[in-house]
Parts: sequence; C-alpha cells; structure tokens
Amino acid sequence: MDTSQYTKTQLVLLVILRVLIGWYFLYEGLSKVFAPNWSAYGYLMDSKGIFASLFTAIAENPTLLSIANFANIYGLILIGLSLILGLFANVGQIGAIFFLALYYLSHPPLINATYILPAEGSYLWVDKNLIMMSALLVLMVFPNSVCIGLDRFLKKIAQKHNVHNGRQY
Amino acid sequence: MEDNTKDINPNSSKPEDKDNKKKPVSEGRRDAIKALATVPVLGAMAYGVYKKRKSEVRYNASSEMFRFKSDVAPLPAVSADDKIIRLGLIGFGIRGKQLMQGLGFATPEFVEDLIQQSKKDSSNNAYKDFVEQEDLRVEIVAVCDIFDTYATEAVAAGSNIHREGKNGKLGTPPKKYRTYQELLADPDVDAVVIATPDHWHGTMAMAAANAGKHVYVEKPMTWTVPETYFLRETIKRTGIVFQLGHQNRQIEAYERARQIIEKNLLGKITLVETGTNRNDPNGAWVYPIHPDANPKTVDWKQFEGDPERIREYLDYMTSANLAGYVGPEARDKFSLERFFRWRCWWDYSTGLSGDLLTHEYDAMNQILKLGIPSSASSSGGIYFFKDGRTVPDVLQTVFEYTDRGLTMLYSATLANQFNRSRKIMGHDATMEVGSTLTVTVDPQSDQYREKIDKGIIKPGEPFYTYVPGRSVDAVTTATEKYFAERGLLYSFIGGKRYNTTFLHLKEWLQCIRAGATPSCNIDRGFEEAITAHMGTRAYLEGRRMYWDKEKEEITRG
Repeated sequence: MDTSQYTKTQLVLLVILRVLIGWYFLYEGLSKVFAPNWSAYGYLMDSKGIFASLFTAIAENPTLLSIANFANIYGLILIGLSLILGLFANVGQIGAIFFLALYYLSHPPLINATYILPAEGSYLWVDKNLIMMSALLVLMVFPNSVCIGLDRFLKKIAQKHNVHNGRQY
Repeated sequence: MEDNTKDINPNSSKPEDKDNKKKPVSEGRRDAIKALATVPVLGAMAYGVYKKRKSEVRYNASSEMFRFKSDVAPLPAVSADDKIIRLGLIGFGIRGKQLMQGLGFATPEFVEDLIQQSKKDSSNNAYKDFVEQEDLRVEIVAVCDIFDTYATEAVAAGSNIHREGKNGKLGTPPKKYRTYQELLADPDVDAVVIATPDHWHGTMAMAAANAGKHVYVEKPMTWTVPETYFLRETIKRTGIVFQLGHQNRQIEAYERARQIIEKNLLGKITLVETGTNRNDPNGAWVYPIHPDANPKTVDWKQFEGDPERIREYLDYMTSANLAGYVGPEARDKFSLERFFRWRCWWDYSTGLSGDLLTHEYDAMNQILKLGIPSSASSSGGIYFFKDGRTVPDVLQTVFEYTDRGLTMLYSATLANQFNRSRKIMGHDATMEVGSTLTVTVDPQSDQYREKIDKGIIKPGEPFYTYVPGRSVDAVTTATEKYFAERGLLYSFIGGKRYNTTFLHLKEWLQCIRAGATPSCNIDRGFEEAITAHMGTRAYLEGRRMYWDKEKEEITRG
C-alpha cells in the first residue's frame, strides 16, 4: 500500500485505531505487573472448546505456566509499546493477533460454553477478540507507523543505508 | 516518498544553497514530529496508571483494619522420627472409605480407578493428590464391618501400604474382626476411627475410651441425649485423645473469620443465617444398595444397635408421645433399605439435625464461640421424598442465644440446591463465610460512618475479601474471588487439592503424639450434640426446647 495515497483523515483514523489497541494491550500488561501473584492459572483452567486440554495442560505444568505468565505479561507490554509508538509496528501487530488468537481459542464463545468469569456482553461465535484481530489485520494492510510513528525514522535510516550502498529505493 | 530524495540530492546547484539549507531543517522537524506524535500517549498512560494506583493504595490502606498479625499456621509436617500409630477402623462404608483415604489407604481397585481416570483426563489430579498426600505414619492393624464385602475391602485397603493399583505390592493385611468389641480388645490397636451409623457412635466411642484407645468418631457425636453425658464423662475420665469428625474445623477461612469477629469488625451481631441445600437422591440419603448384601453377608443383629441405647431411645419416644416416629418396621426385621439408607429413619439416625445442621453449627461455634443455645424451635416436614422415611427433608431450626443477644437460623431443604451463603450479620457489617470470606459494610454502620462519608468505604459493596492461602491480605480482585470460590485457586496455591478430612485426622494423630487436645474435642462435641438434640426434640415435639445452664438439662420451659 502506498502510504502517500492516504487522505489526512484516513491516516489520522488509522493511527487512532493503532494507538487505542496499543493502549489496551499496554494497560492489560501493566495491570498484571502491579497485581501481586498474578497468574494465568485460573483463566487457562477455565478453557473450553477443542483446545481446552492443551490450555489446561499448560496451566498444570508449573514450568509451562510460569513461561505463559511471563510471556503474557511482557508480551502484552511490548505489543502495547510497539503499537502506541509505531515502532516495529508490523511485528507488534502480528504478536497482538497471535495473543488474541490464543485468547479466542482458549475461550471460544460457543453456544453452550459458560465461563467462570462471565463476559461483559453477549456473544455467539464472534467476540471482541475476534473483532480486534480483524482490526489488526486491517492495520497491517494499511500501514501507518511509517508516516506517524518511530518506524518513520527506521524507514529513513533504511533509505539512507540503501542510497549509500548505491541501491535505488 | 519522492521528496525525500531531495534531502540528500547530491546534484543540488550552489545558487540554491540558501533554500536547501533551510529545507532539510524544517523537513527534519516535521519528520520528528510525525515520528514522535504518539509518544505523549505514553505520558497519558503513565498519569492514568499513577492515579489509579494511588486510589488503590488508599483503598488498600482502608483495609488496614483487616490486617492480622499472623497467618493461620499449617500443621507441622509429620517427621520420620514420629511414632507409628496403629489404627483400628470400625465401619468401611461411604465415610469410612473417605477417612481411610484421608489416612492414605484405599483398595487397589480404587487406586486403579484413579489411575485410569487420570490417564483419560490429564486434568484429573485425584490420583496424583492421593499418592502425594503426606505419610501420616500410621498402620491399619485391625478393621471391622458388619457387611462382609466392606470388611474384605477394608482389609485390602489397609494392606495397600504403597498406594498402588492392581498387581501392586501389598503389606501385612490388617486383622479382620467380626465385632467392634473384639477389635477393641486387641492390644495392638492404639487408636480407633469410628465411621458407623449414628446410633452406634456414642456406644463405640465409650467402649474404645474405656479400652484405652484414642478416638476419632464421625459426627454427630451421639444418637440419644443420655449417652451424650455418659460419653463426656468417659472421655474426661479416661483422658484419651478425642476428636469429633467435623473436618470443617480445618478450613483456613474459618480461623480468619474468627479473628474478624474477635476484632469486632462486624459490630454487634444479632443474626446468623446458615443452611443446607441439596437436590439429588444421594444428598437425601437414598444411597445405592450393594448387590452382595443379604441376610447372610450382613450381621443384622449387630446393626440393630446397643440394647442400652435402644432403651434410651424408646424411653424418650414413648414418654414424649412420639411412638409414631418409631419404626414403622420392626427393629429386628432385616431390610436392605434400612441397612444402606439408615439416615432416613429415626431408629438409627439423627436426621438433618445430626447430619448437616451439626456441620453448620460447628462452623459457627468455631467462629463465634456460641456454645449451647438458650432455646431451640423447629419446623419442617417430609415434603419431597415420600419414600417411607420418618426424618424430615425440609427443616428450619431457630436457636436463640439470649445472653449473647443473637439468633442463629438453620434452614434446609433436600430438594433444591440453590447456593445460599452463610451470613453473620452485624450492625456495622455482614460477613459471608464459605471457602472465602467477604465482608460488606452496612450503609447504616456507626463504626465506619467516617470512612463511608469520606468515600473510602462504599457501603453495600464487598469491602474485604479473604482468599485462603494468600500471604497478603490486600483487597483481592473480582477474578481471584471468582476462581477461589469455585475451588480453582486452591489447587494452584498448594499445588494440591485441599483435603480437610486428611488435615483433621492429622491434627488428631499429632495430638496423640504430643498429648495435646484437638480442636473438636469432647467439650465442643458436647455442645454440638446437645444443640442438635435440642433442634431434633423441638421438631419432634413441635414445641420450643430450652437449655437449663445450671442443671445442664434440656427442658420444655
């Protein structure tokens, strides 16, 4: 996608979408840092659907659980920072989709599935995780961190580097 | 980005130098602004997090009053130097099997079943928990059951010392006795676990104490009122270590609840509400009938009961014009229903009072140190299970504690399992007691008036939640509370499931070794039994029963 083709409004709205999703991830991560003894145990144990046994197996293995806890907390924070700052936004967006896919698969909004922690809305097959995943896919095909975000610097550096090497950008 | 190339265009001509010098600067600034445009968002986040943390700290600070000096100390581990205690088991029915598991013993078939379950479902921890359960350093040296199949199973369980499945290595099998008297005469037995029907509890506990054996007896402590006094006298006289089987004594949250009461955080307590809701045949004592049971394999004569006790029972029933509740079948008539579902008839049972009210009462007695009530009144009936039983399936008992100025209500049905929490209601706050504790401040509280006015406490909302096993008493999140109440947090914290029966037996065994007194000792047992009997008599006679403190007598007022 040629980013120079965006109108101002399109660009601003894309950036707002990116920053809002980033905010959501960053605060989810930070709140877990601040919660004493936070663990994904209960959430994983409450999995339903075809992958439930995989998630409960992770929860019940102390090593896997501590890896899952660590990856979740710091993954969320890094993804949040990446999206807000527009730094390596593509990697951040792929990471975000990966995390959301895990949340969706561990707690699929199936017809008969009821969870210990009730959802704050009513869902059938489609939930907010799925919607956020598609929003992230939209952001990936409409890149904007190279216009507004630290990726703009990275792009500059890459261009300079290419020019110095005599390549045409 | 075509114009970018201009910045580094090496062919720019000299005369345009002035313009060129200006351009990259403004371009660069614009670039920087565009690149860093979203950074202030992090500042907003930092400010928001700071504000939120500050308000949480204030909220935490307000829970200072719920801080306690120490956590509930778990029982110390059994050491390898501890003396082996040689146990005799009387009764290997539903509860007897659970008690043996609590001691670390089960039949190879049972363990095999656990192994298969855990193979089928990796999330099933029952086998792992059982195998990893601490070794209490006991030997099952003697068993007794009046149903042959159960007695044989008890021998198999007692010899399964390595907790193995089928084809495992067994230890020396315990001796199998036909009667409890023979078991008690065995000098190899140091202590006994009694898990028989209610009408045998007191008799066997007294006989065991008189034989010098330490006693763990299932609740309710007694079946008749007179034997309650005899048993108390016997235990005190013999000085054996006695534990009544209210395993809920080991629930950590109850100890914390007691500390909250001690600190007077609820204010003046006027009403305590407890109850039982169950809604399945098993919960209503319609237990399965074993296919091997028949007059040849069941010793009916022994099942009938001790002649002394039967006389006490019939004396009361006839003197209070309650003959209608006796029987209706003759006591010597063999009946599989009566043998397996004995809780349904007063002839062997203490009904809802003895089976389930006692648990609720003992919990509240532990937390509030209630003692025996000044009066009891009951109502209820057989409203759902019209299967020939004589004990009610719906029961309401109201205990008055006039000295304390409070009422304890027990309300039960066996035909609905809606979850009703136990509530201790004070002028300043209400505490809900379960596996977790929740304290909700009352909007009209005087003690918390200032904090309510300042907005530090929001009345009507759960203000303090205690989740056992956590070292910090900080206010917990709603999520944690959800998980804890449904038992998910426990298995995480200890790495194992909470088995209160195991803990209760362990406390008893450790007291035997140390010569100490267990938590549910004979005095607590006396209070439990008398309270339950008052409720039962109030139901049977349809009038209020009183407790004469001076004479230690149940009176009709």
